Amino acid sequence: MDWTWFHRLGSPPHFYRIAGQWVPWFAWLAALTAIAGLIGGLGLAPPDYQQGEGYRIIYVHVPAAVLSTMAYAVMAVGAGVGLIWRMNVAHAVAASCAAIGASFTVVALVTGSLWGKPMWGTYWAWDPRLTSELVLLFLYLGYMGLRGAIDDRARADRASAVLALVGVINLPIIHYSVDWWNSLHQGHTLLKFGKASLPPSMEIPLLLMMLSFTFYFGAIMLIRARGEVLRRERNARWIAEAAGAEAAGAEAAGATR
Amino acid sequence: MSPSVHPWRAGLLLVQRDLRLGLRRPGEWLQPLVFFFVVLTLFPLSTDLLSRLTDIAPGALWVAALLSSLLALELLFREDGQDGSLEQLAVSGLPLSWLLLAKTCVHWLLTGLPLVLAAPLVVMAYGAPSRAVPGVMAALLLGSVALSLIGAVGAGLTLGLRRGGVLLALLVLPLAVPVLIFGARATALAIALEPMAAPMYLLAAIAVLSATLAPLAAAAAVRISLE
Repeated sequence: MDWTWFHRLGSPPHFYRIAGQWVPWFAWLAALTAIAGLIGGLGLAPPDYQQGEGYRIIYVHVPAAVLSTMAYAVMAVGAGVGLIWRMNVAHAVAASCAAIGASFTVVALVTGSLWGKPMWGTYWAWDPRLTSELVLLFLYLGYMGLRGAIDDRARADRASAVLALVGVINLPIIHYSVDWWNSLHQGHTLLKFGKASLPPSMEIPLLLMMLSFTFYFGAIMLIRARGEVLRRERNARWIAEAAGAEAAGAEAAGATR
Repeated sequence: MSPSVHPWRAGLLLVQRDLRLGLRRPGEWLQPLVFFFVVLTLFPLSTDLLSRLTDIAPGALWVAALLSSLLALELLFREDGQDGSLEQLAVSGLPLSWLLLAKTCVHWLLTGLPLVLAAPLVVMAYGAPSRAVPGVMAALLLGSVALSLIGAVGAGLTLGLRRGGVLLALLVLPLAVPVLIFGARATALAIALEPMAAPMYLLAAIAVLSATLAPLAAAAAVRISLE
């Protein structure tokens, strides 16, 4: 198999250019799927027979929760690639995932508790999903804290990469232990969206919103990773060349208009 | 560079050295134990339900053990990191993960084992039946081993950092959640004099898994911190 594409992605100028080309695609796809998903979810989908209109928060809550773990997975893969192949760009990707993943986690927790108040009668329940989501937030905060505490960037990259990999081994263990803990406590009997079969009129908007969140994550992550690459390579010659090319492009665009 | 000492021998020598150093400074490893007792004193004082003290005993015991092991973690690599011994271990050509496992074992002997030995006092003080003592001690034995090993990774990552202490807590506590859950559950079952095999197996699994993987991660972390 040909691996040159992979090694070329490790080159900062190449990554910077490719990522710059992908960002608008991701951003537009995110916007279009979000519009379609929100129209479908908030407008066209029927109210739930039990929860009324209140269930519609899942169109934000579920994608945010899914993306909060997906961002961790991307971060761990980036960290692993960076650690094994000493690829600076992969570290930049991992570093730019953390804050986005933490934000998705907060969104999932906040929307979950807003939904919990009318449905369960409480903002917070020690439900396994809520609890493991909270622990995930702490893992993100620890990762960001460790990065922030180390001044030397190469060391910060590699130390936080080890932490991300330890976390990724631990996440399933934490998840299952919290699950087990909760099943002993006989807490709330919950409606499980994952198991209930949603009718297509509700499910298609949800899938669209998940796609939208994924594209949004991709766009934001690439923008942040480009910034991170620029910061790391600020003394490299290719940046001056890229900046010159972009300025020339903008001038040409201005002239034709 | 080929090491002239067999890894087994090197591990044994390191255990002897660390034990000797630790035993000459009893203040250092007594502090986490005293801290453990202080935390366990605070729990009854913070509740009115003295008649239900036995109910909070498992949680109190494990939170106290967790905090105490966290406090002790700063001792694990600090001294050796400052005086360069750790660097010597890293360049010795011997497997660093093995040497760190030896160091972590000594650390557990000095700071984890005292908690296990103190557990009977806690069981009595919280009004639990004395027949619960062996079960509680067994649970704390497995749990404290796992905590020391998981903590070694965090201690390696925060080695030499200025704000290491609070950060170490933030890194290690989320990873210790499974130990807390299974440990407290096993303790609760032991106090209720019920069979406690299920959480004990899981606790043992976590201890074995951390003994296998944590030294590797700790060695990677220490190498990065020493760069």
